[in-house]
Amino acid sequence: MFVTQISIFLENVRGSLRNLTELLGESEVNLLALTIADTSGFGIVRIIVKGSDVENTLSVLHQAGYIAKTNKVVCVRVPHKPMGLAKVIAALDNAGISIEYSYSFYQKNFTDACIIIRPSEMEGSIIALEKAEINIVGQEEVDSFR
Amino acid sequence: MSILNPDMESMSSDERKALQSERLQATVKYEYANVPFYRERMDKHGVKPEDIRGIDDLNKLPFTDKNDLRDGFPFGLLAVPQQQIVRIQGSSGTSGHPIVTGYTENDIEVWTEMAARALAALGANSDSIVQVAYGYGLFTGGLGLHQAATRLGAMVIPMSGGNTQRQLMMMEELGTTILCCTPSYAIYLGEAARDMGILSQLKLKSGCFGGEPWTEKMRTELESLFGIDAMDIYGLSEIAGPGVSFECKMKDGLHINEDHIIAEVINPETGEILPYGESGELVMTTITKTGQPMIRYRTRDICMLNKEPCSCGRTTLRMSRLAGRTDDMLVIRGINVYPGQIESVLETVSGITPHYLIVADREASTDSLEVQIELTEDMFSDTISQIESLKNLIALQIKSVVGLQAEVKLVPPRSLPRSEGKSRRVIDKRRI
Repeated sequence: MFVTQISIFLENVRGSLRNLTELLGESEVNLLALTIADTSGFGIVRIIVKGSDVENTLSVLHQAGYIAKTNKVVCVRVPHKPMGLAKVIAALDNAGISIEYSYSFYQKNFTDACIIIRPSEMEGSIIALEKAEINIVGQEEVDSFR
Repeated sequence: MSILNPDMESMSSDERKALQSERLQATVKYEYANVPFYRERMDKHGVKPEDIRGIDDLNKLPFTDKNDLRDGFPFGLLAVPQQQIVRIQGSSGTSGHPIVTGYTENDIEVWTEMAARALAALGANSDSIVQVAYGYGLFTGGLGLHQAATRLGAMVIPMSGGNTQRQLMMMEELGTTILCCTPSYAIYLGEAARDMGILSQLKLKSGCFGGEPWTEKMRTELESLFGIDAMDIYGLSEIAGPGVSFECKMKDGLHINEDHIIAEVINPETGEILPYGESGELVMTTITKTGQPMIRYRTRDICMLNKEPCSCGRTTLRMSRLAGRTDDMLVIRGINVYPGQIESVLETVSGITPHYLIVADREASTDSLEVQIELTEDMFSDTISQIESLKNLIALQIKSVVGLQAEVKLVPPRSLPRSEGKSRRVIDKRRI
């Protein structure tokens, strides 16, 4: 029902993202999705990898001295057209659930877009999304993405 | 965990007072007769050796400080001809010019006895395998613990500082039971051992960690990392190396070897002697040394003294862990800031390993205080808001403890400068 995300702490200095992506690339980790949240001092890089790659990715990161943690996020699939995302947000808002952050990724085989959401309440958000008949994407389906 | 010299370490307070008084009188007479510097200093101060009849007269004597050693460099404070000096120890000194201290054979013996008491207190005996990872050289750490472990009949591995891989290899393959080094280097070694996956193969039982101020938090970290008893030891080359004071198994303050040293704590601004339990600058007088005895030497270390008898059986005065150095004290916007204060804040905010750096700077004639903290896994979160609120909490606590607004900066693990010797806590970039 949920998808595993890896968050990585980066200092906001030149070259840090390059070092990170090169490390992951050299370790044969393919990124399905990535987003960067930044402040003036530091950034958090959040990535989605295949479920079977999570453990290896974390150990590669820890061995290289990065601070990295996993957490669960919600992934939904919405029609790739106007009002697609708005319906999802409205469903959560109606249930009184707020969003810490959200980002999207697009699979070229689909006519749909995938949206990652970190809601304030995990279980509650699933109930609200199901009620609004939003298509929830689990880890298995994410793993089938290419 | 034995008391090496119960006659001296566990004597009654009356006996000790009599012993210290007798030795102080002798030292003052000896200094006055043999060291022109002390004679002039005492004459100028209007005090004669015969005015000192016991330790209650200690406060009649003038202080000595690092500048006196610098001015008298190298042999100005020696009480014996150079031929009787068998060792030079010293420090680079924070402001450039080194200071040195000459040791006679007697002084080496005094130092070795004191340091051996410290090692005995943490369980060292002839079965022990003692790895000395303090630097060997002018810095007293290496040779001090080496001499002490040898005295107890332990097997010494004289590694000196640095070369982490080889330290761990020897530790694992020779089965080191006691590690002697600075606490920051011990943590560094522990982290490296963990990364190499060899922690469970180590046979360490205890560690003797000194040479820099450290905290209870670091003790907990070291003890859980290695599964050992981690004890503090204190010393300075001007008085004697490590062993001047040391922790017993109670881990509640460092026992001062009072048959060799008289300790006082003073207000660093006024020089006034502070009562037990109040924090100030540690002042020490040596009463058994012959090469370069020191009278009321200002150590620049901040601590407090505790007269309560300890349940370990020793009756000696205990000094608290060092809260910092008067040298490290920063004056920012007119407010005194000690690294120890920042450290206590970081300890209360849970989950922070105390690797930090205080940076003082000046922009447009306004002083700024920045505290850089190495982020740990526990502090990290996937949301910016949680990390920001942790930063704000730390800044708020610093504001309430120190009285200054600090910029808190989180940095990646192991990114702060970590020498393999003493860790650097303060950088002052201001050009004043």
